[in-house]
Amino acid sequence: MGFYVAQFLTGLASAASLFLVASGLSIIFGVTRIVNFAHGSFFMLGAYLAYTIVQVLPHGILGFWGSVVAAALIVGVIGAAIEVLLLRRIYHAPELFQLVATFGVVLVIQDVTLWIWGAEDLVGPRAPGLDGAVRILGEPIPEYDLALIVIGPAVLAGIWLLFNRTRWGTLVRAATQDREMVGALGVNQSWLFTSVFFVGSALAGLGGAIQIPREAVSLLMDLNVIADAFVVTVIGGMGSVAGAFLAAVLIGELNAFGILVFPQITIVLAFLVMAVVLIVRPWGLLGRPEAPQRGAAGPLEAPLRAATGPAMAFAATVLALLAVLPWIADEFTLVLVGDILVFALFAASLHFIMGTGGMVSFGHAAYFGLGAYGAALVVKHLGAGMELGLLMAPVAAGIGALVFGWFCVRLSGVYLAMLTLAAAQIVWSIAFQWQDVTGGDDGLLGIWPAAWAGSKTVYYYLVLVLSAGGIYTLRRIVHAPFGYTLRAGRDSSLRVDAIGIDLRGHQWMAFTIAGVFAGLAGGLYVFSKGSIFPDTLAIPHSVDALIMVLLGGVQTLAGPVVGAVSFTLLEDWITRFDYWRIIFGAIILAICILAPEGIAGFALRLLPGRLTGRVEESAR
Amino acid sequence: MLEVTDLDTFYGRAQILDGVTLRMDGGEVVALLGRNGAGKSTTMKSVMGLVRPARGRVRFLDRDITGRPSHAVCQMGLGYVPEDRRVFTELTVMENLEVGRQAPRDGVPEWTPERLFALFPNLAEMRNRPGGRMSGGEQQMLTIARTLMGNPRLILLDEPSEGLAPVIVEQMAQTIAALKTEGLTVLLSEQNLHFARMVADRAYIIEKGRMRFDGTMAELEANPDIRDAYLAV
Repeated sequence: MGFYVAQFLTGLASAASLFLVASGLSIIFGVTRIVNFAHGSFFMLGAYLAYTIVQVLPHGILGFWGSVVAAALIVGVIGAAIEVLLLRRIYHAPELFQLVATFGVVLVIQDVTLWIWGAEDLVGPRAPGLDGAVRILGEPIPEYDLALIVIGPAVLAGIWLLFNRTRWGTLVRAATQDREMVGALGVNQSWLFTSVFFVGSALAGLGGAIQIPREAVSLLMDLNVIADAFVVTVIGGMGSVAGAFLAAVLIGELNAFGILVFPQITIVLAFLVMAVVLIVRPWGLLGRPEAPQRGAAGPLEAPLRAATGPAMAFAATVLALLAVLPWIADEFTLVLVGDILVFALFAASLHFIMGTGGMVSFGHAAYFGLGAYGAALVVKHLGAGMELGLLMAPVAAGIGALVFGWFCVRLSGVYLAMLTLAAAQIVWSIAFQWQDVTGGDDGLLGIWPAAWAGSKTVYYYLVLVLSAGGIYTLRRIVHAPFGYTLRAGRDSSLRVDAIGIDLRGHQWMAFTIAGVFAGLAGGLYVFSKGSIFPDTLAIPHSVDALIMVLLGGVQTLAGPVVGAVSFTLLEDWITRFDYWRIIFGAIILAICILAPEGIAGFALRLLPGRLTGRVEESAR
Repeated sequence: MLEVTDLDTFYGRAQILDGVTLRMDGGEVVALLGRNGAGKSTTMKSVMGLVRPARGRVRFLDRDITGRPSHAVCQMGLGYVPEDRRVFTELTVMENLEVGRQAPRDGVPEWTPERLFALFPNLAEMRNRPGGRMSGGEQQMLTIARTLMGNPRLILLDEPSEGLAPVIVEQMAQTIAALKTEGLTVLLSEQNLHFARMVADRAYIIEKGRMRFDGTMAELEANPDIRDAYLAV
């Protein structure tokens, strides 16, 4: 009995920090509609700052808690500064662009932290006065855990008072519903947003700072916590602070007890719970169904046009160049270009559901990885050849997309994105845990092409034909009636339903098609590398694909190809530097601010309309 | 007090306003009449800084406010009541009023919740009711009260009678008359000539983004042709 009580209290204690981070994320999302990837970085900064400040301040109870509060406030100021300098410029950009911009911030903060504090894990002090343990039902419970159990509800109460008993809170709640109207009533939204960012970031900083007696401070804290924070926020309902509390306790307890029953499950448990909650209550436990928000509508998307003569000539020239490449380039270049082609297909498949279908996937790497693992597994365990492997890749990914897609198309917007993330995380953990079949962290090795395709040149041609063919097919689908239906559904789902089209069925099919092509890319990838690891399925790989699509431009069909080219070349070049993340982050931020329509969109704006097939501005 | 000159406003490539010009003196109640889609709401939004006019000038209290952000325009004493009410449905009546509250303004009688409840007795009985659980008429009262909390000198009322029961329309007319006696300047947009007759001193008629008539209500009555051409359905 005592053991279970102790386990229960441990669950509550770990919920406290998670709640602080998630509530900040939820508050920021509620008002600004920004899904802030950098929120985990604020958490990490809170921990590092507290670690440093506690050594400067006099030792003792005041010094410890003083440094926790100081760290939270400094992180709040950093968050507010990022809002003023960066996010304020991109509130009108498409939602996803904001997401990628905040990912740029993640990279920059990573390297700044590395530069200031170094790569070593840092162990913080114990909290003075709370460094012992008390016995409850015979089990020792750390005193600090009990303090955390009190801090969680206390902060919840504080936030409730702030939102319901102050003018600021009233304005924030009003802005959550209709920011334009709040502006028309004389409230300066800019400062309201900045102050919301300050509060949200400070909560993340506080969450990180109170963790220093419990866990070592490390550079991995940011992405570790952000996935959990996303899950908690979504389970609780985006924008609901009480929901975040409930969800944090739920996850904290499930982890505390899940580890007793089936230790391997803890990695995915949170994501499984999220998937179940989203299917039963698509807007989270205490969230509200998402009403179309006023005053934040993005620009209308221009209709896509079929390629014009010059554009087709350009595409033909590029293809011809690619076809003769083996005669003019060395082997290294050939492999690099092969990678680019594979990623272009991967990005194009993501663009197909995002740009055409209006469904944002945070977990597209799952289908790339399913394809890669599907191919590798038939080769490894059934002794099949490359041909069957390459056939298996799109099939495996297609089946995965068919299953997950059925759940995902029931949701929309941020919730859909989160469910795709959960799906990817589940696939990742299966690959990571199922040692006997997938090789776990060691991956699968020795997956090489068949003898006839063994030379770099032949395999390059295979990649070229299948990738270009895949991209061409996707393009055809976009311009077919099926593509019209998807685009119509993206722009107005109600009207599409009203004219008798089963939009959900079409979206499900589109999700599956995107999965199939991502799987094909994955299959091509595994035979070119000869090996496959669970990383291929992980969140950063999904983010890579998002960045490719957004770099190139969501609203242009050429976008994903341009994005894949620039991303792969950039990554190849930049990762040679020590502090490559800060360079990469800065480049992402620069593109977000200077060319929010992506590289291809930016180029289209500069080219005359006649080349690009846009309608000329007609004089009125 | 308000001077709008040659305003052109576009939504994308569609031109909504084409050289809209109007002026108002302090204490007047002016009706902006026109059919659906004529450009009434866009005129108000352009004045308020909610949409950006491509050309033209807006002057308020002898200062140029063209293209200023709407919160700055509002803080100068220009209140806006949107056509679709846009009550904060999750906030109570008192909280809705709080969002609209601004510091008292020189030469303008200060509005408090208590004074507003005297003007809109229905609201007094539902101080703690969320905006989402009110009838259309009650929401219309609340949205006007909310704007008045900013102590405006001039108030833009976008179709205040739209979708209201005849009894409530009658009440609304009395309310506007009461605001006029308080010294408030009012620009209201209307499709309903009958309503405009009850409250307005002067009228403009807008059609396809252009001003077609500018005169007193008496002059409008004397010109049935104009009325039939631009207002009759």
